[in-house]
Amino acid sequence: MSVSITPLVASAVAAALPLLIAALGELVTERAGLLNLGVEGMMLLGALASFVAVTHGAGLPLAVACGLLAGMAGALVFGLLTISLQASQVATGLSLTILGTGISSFLGRGYVGYRAPASFEPIAVPWLSDLPIIGPLFELNILGYAAVVIMIAVGWLLARTRAGLALRSVGESPVVARALGLKVTRIRYAAVLFGGAMAGLAGTYYALAQLKMWQEGLTSGNGWIALALVVFATWRPGRVAIGALLFGGVTALGLWLQTVGVGVSTFALASLPYLATVVVLVSISADQQALRRFAPAALGKPFFDGD
Amino acid sequence: MSDIQLLRLTGITKTYATVQALAGVDLDVRAGEIHAVLGENGAGKSTLMKAIFGAVQPDAGRIEWQGESVTIDSPIAARSRGIAMVFQHFALFESMTVVENVALALGGNTPLRVLANQVAEVSTRYGLPVNPWQPVHRLSVGERQRVEIVRCLLQSPRLLIMDEPTSVLTPQAIDQLFVTLRRLAAEGTAILYVSHKLDEIRRLCDRATIIRGGRVVSTVDPRVQTESGLAELMIGRSFPQTERRAKSEGAVALEVAGLDVPADGPFGTALRSISFRVHAGEVLGIAGISGNGQTELLAALLGAVPLSAQAIMLGDLPVGRLGAAERRARGLAFVPEERLGVGAVPEMSLAQNALLTAYGEGLVAHGFVVPERSRAYAAKCIDDYGVRAAGVEAPAASLSGGNLQKFIVGREIAQSPRVLILAQPTWGVDVAATALIRQRVIDLAAAGVAVLVISEDLTEILEICDRVAVLAAGRLSPERDVHATNAAEIGRWMAGGFSQPELQVSA
Repeated sequence: MSVSITPLVASAVAAALPLLIAALGELVTERAGLLNLGVEGMMLLGALASFVAVTHGAGLPLAVACGLLAGMAGALVFGLLTISLQASQVATGLSLTILGTGISSFLGRGYVGYRAPASFEPIAVPWLSDLPIIGPLFELNILGYAAVVIMIAVGWLLARTRAGLALRSVGESPVVARALGLKVTRIRYAAVLFGGAMAGLAGTYYALAQLKMWQEGLTSGNGWIALALVVFATWRPGRVAIGALLFGGVTALGLWLQTVGVGVSTFALASLPYLATVVVLVSISADQQALRRFAPAALGKPFFDGD
Repeated sequence: MSDIQLLRLTGITKTYATVQALAGVDLDVRAGEIHAVLGENGAGKSTLMKAIFGAVQPDAGRIEWQGESVTIDSPIAARSRGIAMVFQHFALFESMTVVENVALALGGNTPLRVLANQVAEVSTRYGLPVNPWQPVHRLSVGERQRVEIVRCLLQSPRLLIMDEPTSVLTPQAIDQLFVTLRRLAAEGTAILYVSHKLDEIRRLCDRATIIRGGRVVSTVDPRVQTESGLAELMIGRSFPQTERRAKSEGAVALEVAGLDVPADGPFGTALRSISFRVHAGEVLGIAGISGNGQTELLAALLGAVPLSAQAIMLGDLPVGRLGAAERRARGLAFVPEERLGVGAVPEMSLAQNALLTAYGEGLVAHGFVVPERSRAYAAKCIDDYGVRAAGVEAPAASLSGGNLQKFIVGREIAQSPRVLILAQPTWGVDVAATALIRQRVIDLAAAGVAVLVISEDLTEILEICDRVAVLAAGRLSPERDVHATNAAEIGRWMAGGFSQPELQVSA
């Protein structure tokens, strides 16, 4: 078959970037010991806010700010309920997804089918972007480059800084962290809000850099895949990127097979990433030792910061 | 010791919901002294220390530090004034390295490499060897405590609080710790030494403040007191003594042969060919510090890990493949280490908790629970063991540690087991309940039951067991008759200083 592989890589990278952004946010949240299942909801809130902003004449930077803030607003609700009021993290996160999905389809119903008047377009790095196979990595839009920078920053923060150490410690044992005098509640809010901002940014990516139009539920369950990615990566940022490319690749492969014209139902092909998620999660959880070694020990457990 | 007043507490009071933990406590500490705070579990020692360290805010009272009245509203405030604390349950992060743990406590932005050098320097100066780059989960309990102490010393404290520091140490490690503490005191650091171990306090401390029921009973010079005198001050009446019965050894009731169990998770210890026998009518003690395979051994005995059938024999019955319920049905009873969560369900009533293991005692008829029978069963345990509880409907979580433990022991013994296994039976239990539980265990063995006690508490092992072995680093030491050994030998074994016996031959 004389089909070039480069377009396949291009669409894999395009599908991977928003997953990477959302998963990095969730990774930081989970490293602080909080399991926020509301990623999908926060993504939709971010997507809606940024799309509405652009439609009403805001510039792209302002639209991105709206997306970030909308995601953070969702995360703030999660934080208030789970950190300050010790509600169940699982139930709260699920409700947040339902809430975000509902709000975005309700407020977005007037925009269905509208094209975004402004959107993010790829910026090619001269020469590098012409390379075969890896060329598409150097032809991203500005949000895509931002994703790479964020990944490096998160990795550096967690591994090298005192702040990262503090973040890991509250995810490991909030009781001990408090005994040492760390501000557990403050650190956890910061982590949750960062997670919300990243989910909002990922939503913005779908609305203004990928689809560039509004449709209901435009994140199509990718928030869940981002959640799975964090587990897949066993809470390590570099591996999140690998996982995102892998999932992006599976998505791209499905699309590519459709265009090549393989005689398989398009529905079956479109379900590939979700199938891959299930397979990956099952195989990861088979290795209990690795999970227990790397999982934040206090993940998902309520903590009362007072005596 | 000098006469410089470092810390003075006046009328410290703290009430939790309905319990008055501290009722007007006065305490003064001088620079360079080792000052014991002695009291039973639940007397208020820990709350008092937390109040000094800023982890708990007193409702009333005055704290004077170096002559001026202060408020210590957080551990950070305490640290900035020169107060450091070594916690009973170590405040260390297992997945991080020693130096990372130090960095978290010190705050600031000193690079880890610089900090590691400081750790090395302090650890050499005070004879507390630790490797700064080791992850904490690889360290032994004694090493972890050294990390805690080194971490405190890096803050050059004026006052060092040690909360029950020796509960997890071997006798040799305790001696080593005392050398360090005496050197610190000689350099002018005051040490508040919280404990309920009378012999240690008499050996180490210059003064002792005794607390009972949230009040100061007395402040004495422990070096001129007798142990029983201190004990009477601590518990308010004479010290209960257990009475040994004549040993009446029978047939082998429990035999473990060549038991190999993989480590329970990345921070666990694998068991390597563990073999022992417990005869009817005797108490076998397995000493050793938790984390040396105790969790794995208990899981194996309980039926929580897959084994070969012959690995565990209950009399003539191979039970290695059987689950916990099937082993119970064949006469094995079990008092686990964790009272709340394993021994009893915290939210459930005592009657329901009785049902959980004693359902075979006629509490279930035709597949249905008979509530009045489990209430009667629970009531009997409460009566027989003097459990202080608000009746059989009281939730397990509402009982104090000692009372719940008495209930659980009662529940298990009332099932007339052939073999009883107890793990840390008196950990965190008050003196009176401890004496009662130990006496019942001795009586049970005298009545022909085989008893296995797994405990960190050397005093307990020497008091109630007939024979003793030590579990260290997943291996079992040779067995000794309890009269043919002493704390020093067992202590050496606890640190791993034995060669595994070629063949386990029990007398």
